[in-house]
Amino acid sequence: MALRFEILGRFNRARAAQLTLPHFVCQTPLFMPVGTQGTIKGLATSQLEEIGCQIILGNTYHLALRPTSELIDELGGLHKFMNWPRALLTDSGGFQMVSLLHLADITEKGVTFQSPVDGKPMLLTPEESIQIQNRIGADIIMALDDVVKTTITGPRIEEAMYRTLRWIDRCIAAHSRPHEQNLFGIVQGGLDPVLRDICVRGLVDRNLPGYAIGGLAGGESKDSFWRVVAQCTAALPEDKPRYVMGVGYPLDIVVCSALGADMYDCVYPTRTARFGTALVPEGVLKLKHKAMADDTRPIDPTCACMVCKNYSRAYIHCLVTKDAMGSQLLSYHNLYYMMKLSRDLHTSIVEERFPEFVCTFLLKMFPEGNVPEWVCNAMEVAGIDISSCCAPFSSSQDLES
Amino acid sequence: MKFAVKAWSNGRARAGVLHLGSCPSPIETPSLLLSTRKGLPVFISPDLLPSLPSPDSHLLQVSPLHFLEGLSPKTISSVGGLHHMLGLHDYGLAAVARDSVNCLPECDSTNKLGASFETPCGRLLIKPVEYMEMISSLGPNLWATLADEVPTWVSDKRNKTSVDRTVRWMDECIALGPAGGAVFGAVVGGSSIEERGRCAQEVARRNVSGYWIGGFGLGESMDDRPALLNAVTDILPEEKPRLICGLGLPGTMFNIFCDKGVASGIDLFDSVYIYHLTLGGFALTFPLDGIDKKKSDFQLSDIGVDHTKINLRAIVYRKDASPLVKSCSCYTCQNHTKAYINHLLNVHEMLAQILLEIHNTHHYLGFFRSIREAVKAGKFEQFRRQFLESRRDCLSTAAAANA
Repeated sequence: MALRFEILGRFNRARAAQLTLPHFVCQTPLFMPVGTQGTIKGLATSQLEEIGCQIILGNTYHLALRPTSELIDELGGLHKFMNWPRALLTDSGGFQMVSLLHLADITEKGVTFQSPVDGKPMLLTPEESIQIQNRIGADIIMALDDVVKTTITGPRIEEAMYRTLRWIDRCIAAHSRPHEQNLFGIVQGGLDPVLRDICVRGLVDRNLPGYAIGGLAGGESKDSFWRVVAQCTAALPEDKPRYVMGVGYPLDIVVCSALGADMYDCVYPTRTARFGTALVPEGVLKLKHKAMADDTRPIDPTCACMVCKNYSRAYIHCLVTKDAMGSQLLSYHNLYYMMKLSRDLHTSIVEERFPEFVCTFLLKMFPEGNVPEWVCNAMEVAGIDISSCCAPFSSSQDLES
Repeated sequence: MKFAVKAWSNGRARAGVLHLGSCPSPIETPSLLLSTRKGLPVFISPDLLPSLPSPDSHLLQVSPLHFLEGLSPKTISSVGGLHHMLGLHDYGLAAVARDSVNCLPECDSTNKLGASFETPCGRLLIKPVEYMEMISSLGPNLWATLADEVPTWVSDKRNKTSVDRTVRWMDECIALGPAGGAVFGAVVGGSSIEERGRCAQEVARRNVSGYWIGGFGLGESMDDRPALLNAVTDILPEEKPRLICGLGLPGTMFNIFCDKGVASGIDLFDSVYIYHLTLGGFALTFPLDGIDKKKSDFQLSDIGVDHTKINLRAIVYRKDASPLVKSCSCYTCQNHTKAYINHLLNVHEMLAQILLEIHNTHHYLGFFRSIREAVKAGKFEQFRRQFLESRRDCLSTAAAANA
């Protein structure tokens, strides 16, 4: 174990904590931007520090391809290679493989696939995944799991869940740096509460430094999504961090935090920036829209980032999708927004005003009071009264994000 | 705007000082104008701009044509002009129609009404009235009048016409001009010494604050440049600043075009060269004091190496944990390694260009500082010769080793 997790404040299931990792002391809840290939697209490490990023994600699959984990190891690890003084997390490489490669297949041995470089048949085993991650040197590494889409039904889900448990033991055995890197297990089991429960218990038995809730953020309904998160956070140990993988939208992060999750990652803020969309308290702002051409207001008048302090929507409009600078500035703002959301979640819990924060957040996003039903249901389970945000006859529209 | 020449070296080369209203400190010349797209550097984020040397990095070159897509002059005016739009209140903005990258003069479609440019919005004909409307809303510190730039292969008649038009448009622009902002009269003339001289004489008669020398980088040979430049600078009044664009186009060696420009009495240069270097994955590495490796330090591994710059895509840098240039104090060299930039280039990440543009700009600005020191000390000719000789040494040693 190479981390300390200290809870500083609570509101029902929600918690604010201090997560001490080898390279950085973090505050949760926190959002982790995705730096796929050893960089967050278009942003320098000093900017990421200024924005307040605490942990950055690196994709094992991409880094193993280029520049290779051996080279990263030779040059002192990924922290040194990219000159990032704070914390890093790497995923196992499995998910990318299955989603990016046409002929990837999962067997008991591991993930078999065709090398994208020369087409040769290759195999990513749990052992190999951990060894690659050991070389990369991130503060948190992820076990190789057998992940299935939540839209799939049938025996495959059960098979995947049990295999994930068998693979965690192989990952633990292969892990050569347990005192410098924290191996998180990933809870699978699709949308089946019985399977999820078995998986949670199996992972908790292994006494890992932290746990992730995987297999979500796919095509499942929001209603199914929050229920799985709620079940897992209720069953996972109190004193260890909980990471919901692939989440996501600000609204989802607020709900999951209310239910007791601590860490999140998603490409959404940076990817949507490259399409000209900014994150704002009201939801999103599409800078490409013609109406923006004359709008001399900042993207978000309440935002303190350098983009909102210096530039108008009109100027960003003339940049987006045409000049690299447009993506850079929007990525900067969107990540700033996500980091501020993380800080607000942490601080509001510590300062015992979490329900007020949640209500303010929902009121801004749903000024007409049309808070989606799934959010209302989740908040009820979380024990947070959001009746002040909901219109008397709230329609049960699912928020199609 | 205020400009004064402070020192001379070897005839025409001069060092001066430029005062612009928005810049807190005066800027010493010869100096660079940094290339921008819509007012901001192509890659360097505005919050990383202050990491560049000050105040030399505070002069930015902007093309009004960049704003034709998506931003109306009315909107720009309502924000208070370009300085406010960009949040760059302590920078000097110089507006020139041609940017040598995206907005290229297209002389075949130019006619008596306006100058034609190839732009990202397609081919556009810009009339003096439209040009001045853009200039008025942008409010730059200085701006060049609209010119008809032609390449060297046009007929004498077409070349003469370009001079006549450029002078006429200059008068129109001045008449339509805004109250603020220093006017730089445009001088063209292609590759004809007589026409260059004629144009310079006409422009010299007008009440302008400085001169923009256009029409270079459009096909003239390197050997012709000094004579053409001198034909212009010998006529232009000494006490007003001279700005040139187009000397730094691909294929030219920086030190040769630079030294010819400085040697002819040019004060302000564009920096398109940096953009092309950066896109190509190159980093400038030449020693800034002009003293290169001695012959005895030459190694076999230096064969084929250009001691001006390195290409970070080369496999040899895959594991190189050293900075681009050991003694460089730029953000890139202080924070990152050749290996990292090599990786970023391989995986097509934008951060590569950002880091390279920072370093190349920093390095190039340092070079101009050396030039200024040499001119102020009256030793420009010596500095120039040293630089050329050390390059020649490397090339000939490399050639001998290859034989």
